[in-house]
Amino acid sequence: MYQYTEFDKAFVRARAAEHRDQLERWQVGQLTDDQFRPLRLQNGWYVQRYAPMLRVAVPYGEINAAQIKVLARIAREFDTPDAALLAEAQATQDKLPGLAPKLTTNYGHFTTRQNVQFNWIPLDKSADVMDLLATVNMHGIQTSGNCIRNTTTDELAGVAVDEVVDPRPYAELIRQWSTLHPEFAHLPRKFKIAITGATEDRAAIGWHDVGLQLVKNEAGEVGFKVLVGGGMGRTPINGVVIREFLAWQEIMNYLEAVVRVYNRWGRRDNKYKARIKILVKAEGQRYFDEVETEYREIVEHDGAPHTLPQAELDRVKAGFVAPALNLPENTDAWLAQAEAALSIEAAKTPAFARWLARNVRPHRNPQLRAVSLSFKRPGYAPGDATAEQLEAAAALIEKYSAGEARVSHTQNLLLPWVRLDQLHALWLEAKALGVAQPNIGLLTDMIACPGGDYCALANARSIPTASAITERYQDLDELDDLGHIDFHISGCINSCGHHHSGHIGILGVDKDGKEWYQVTLGGSDGKDLSGAATPGKVVGPSFSSFEVPDVVEAILDTYKQLRAPKGDGKQEAFIETLRRVGHDPFKAAANAARHPAEEPTA
Amino acid sequence: MKIISAQEHQAVESPAVITLANDADPRTLDLNGVTRIDLQFPAFTDGRAYSQAFLLRRRMGFEGELRATGDVLIDQLVQMQRTGFDVAVLKEGVDASAAQRQLDRYAGFYQGSAVETRPHFSAGATPLSR
Repeated sequence: MYQYTEFDKAFVRARAAEHRDQLERWQVGQLTDDQFRPLRLQNGWYVQRYAPMLRVAVPYGEINAAQIKVLARIAREFDTPDAALLAEAQATQDKLPGLAPKLTTNYGHFTTRQNVQFNWIPLDKSADVMDLLATVNMHGIQTSGNCIRNTTTDELAGVAVDEVVDPRPYAELIRQWSTLHPEFAHLPRKFKIAITGATEDRAAIGWHDVGLQLVKNEAGEVGFKVLVGGGMGRTPINGVVIREFLAWQEIMNYLEAVVRVYNRWGRRDNKYKARIKILVKAEGQRYFDEVETEYREIVEHDGAPHTLPQAELDRVKAGFVAPALNLPENTDAWLAQAEAALSIEAAKTPAFARWLARNVRPHRNPQLRAVSLSFKRPGYAPGDATAEQLEAAAALIEKYSAGEARVSHTQNLLLPWVRLDQLHALWLEAKALGVAQPNIGLLTDMIACPGGDYCALANARSIPTASAITERYQDLDELDDLGHIDFHISGCINSCGHHHSGHIGILGVDKDGKEWYQVTLGGSDGKDLSGAATPGKVVGPSFSSFEVPDVVEAILDTYKQLRAPKGDGKQEAFIETLRRVGHDPFKAAANAARHPAEEPTA
Repeated sequence: MKIISAQEHQAVESPAVITLANDADPRTLDLNGVTRIDLQFPAFTDGRAYSQAFLLRRRMGFEGELRATGDVLIDQLVQMQRTGFDVAVLKEGVDASAAQRQLDRYAGFYQGSAVETRPHFSAGATPLSR
């Protein structure tokens, strides 16, 4: 993990002090609400449906056990509303038709952009929380607001077997470059960068304002394929290639050109048309030409001041060497023995075998594995972890993964440095903690935003739908049989739950003050199984919350009827069948599953 | 960075003083004889003038005064100073007493700017001048 220098640490502390200064000026009336809002947003402080929400930055998802312990402490000591507020919030939720899950407190929530959120911290405690975060080099810098947000990457960065170049050093350099960039603090709209260094895109780069893919050219030199103009929201658009190959040294100079042209040209008259995707779509080649001209000026006139020297890359890279694990000598004999021991355990314990197959992935070091702890289980919203679970997860990470973990895009925790001969011990402990559901990549490993239970923007709740599907699909054999499915739920068109990229996507919409849900099919985040990033297509008019689980079931039943074996003897995945046979039979099944008569009037 | 009050600010129309709309391209300007350019923040969340200032200062080598006008609050002063402004006209009613500590807060920044052109990583980088 990148080691913070004294400069980096002092910077984070100064930022916490700045937030305290702003908070205090707001409290005494020197800053109005409107003036304070954009300032607190750029430190991750929203005010949501019932209470403030804090989004803590986890740069490119990489986090250590000490940091998770501090998050646990924040959940335990600060994520508590006063009783009257909670009671009032619950009473309001209870009035909504349909199931009203109990609002929960004292937990952290993993987000699709690899950050961590809290839902109940009173704003007057916010400065204390920022100070506490700063003790472990954490903060909320630019986790919200119309600025350059946290750069996200592949959860397997640095350990993936298909990796060409480790993206983390570049992600860290982009973090530094974008942090408090004076020119880009008030862009037309938010700006998200994702970076991958593997052959498979696990970072959904086609869905970002800028997507970066690290590649090597014929001479073996490292560079970036640069995509621009991707984004979800009301108008889902996938990024287009603006540069096939940009030498790695040039990335900041080039990003400066991309963002400067956007800052000058991006629309500010309508927030739904303010993202760079709209500019790129409207201007096309003109935008590209302007970026290239600006980039040339930066190089030729400004002297390309942000050209990365090898020494700086090396300095940052030094933070990303594999941790010392005190591994036994990597011999064929050791590997064979460790694998044999695993096979014996797997044969004895089918549940362990299932977990190995689903939650454990190969590693570039054959002695190690990358293990996902699943935060998708009945009784919890997707991606939620209580203070106690965070604390216990930190202990597992210390014991089994060199103290290091990743917050994944799919709202789980990934342990990147687990020894082959410790998988069984880890499984036992993860199981005891309730985070060993063998469902990674399956239907119930769904992505969902906090939705209308917490979020002020949401048109509908996400969590009750997530719970209904989780509860309906508890049979592990059935889940396994359904295979890999990206199931994504957003409570509104902002698309925080990435419904556009789901094989099956659910979008909450508001009609006459009631919650309705659109169902989309065939979206892709860009992973190999799903093909190039693309938005799903709507199956028909929206469904009531009571219909959604039945519609999902009808769609999945259609898949089971229509799927065919592939050349390798395996069954087609859901998305493969959908692509082969087309949407019509799925649409027909979904629409036939309507039962408006049962719609409640409450 | 000089901070002046709204009362001290005089909008001037003369060949030497230009007021530039924030959607104008500064690269089209003839800067001959110009001593002051007033840039505009119609709302403090509209950051176009930062890019204009950067281009004027860094790209076009303008050495006269760059003045920030409009919805100017003390929490923007650091950004203004770093993108090349040297005078900020505080919005009517804004308390300036907390301004200096905002300008003094950070010992340095990561990226180069219009004023300190070298980024932090650059060899021999010196602390930001204030």
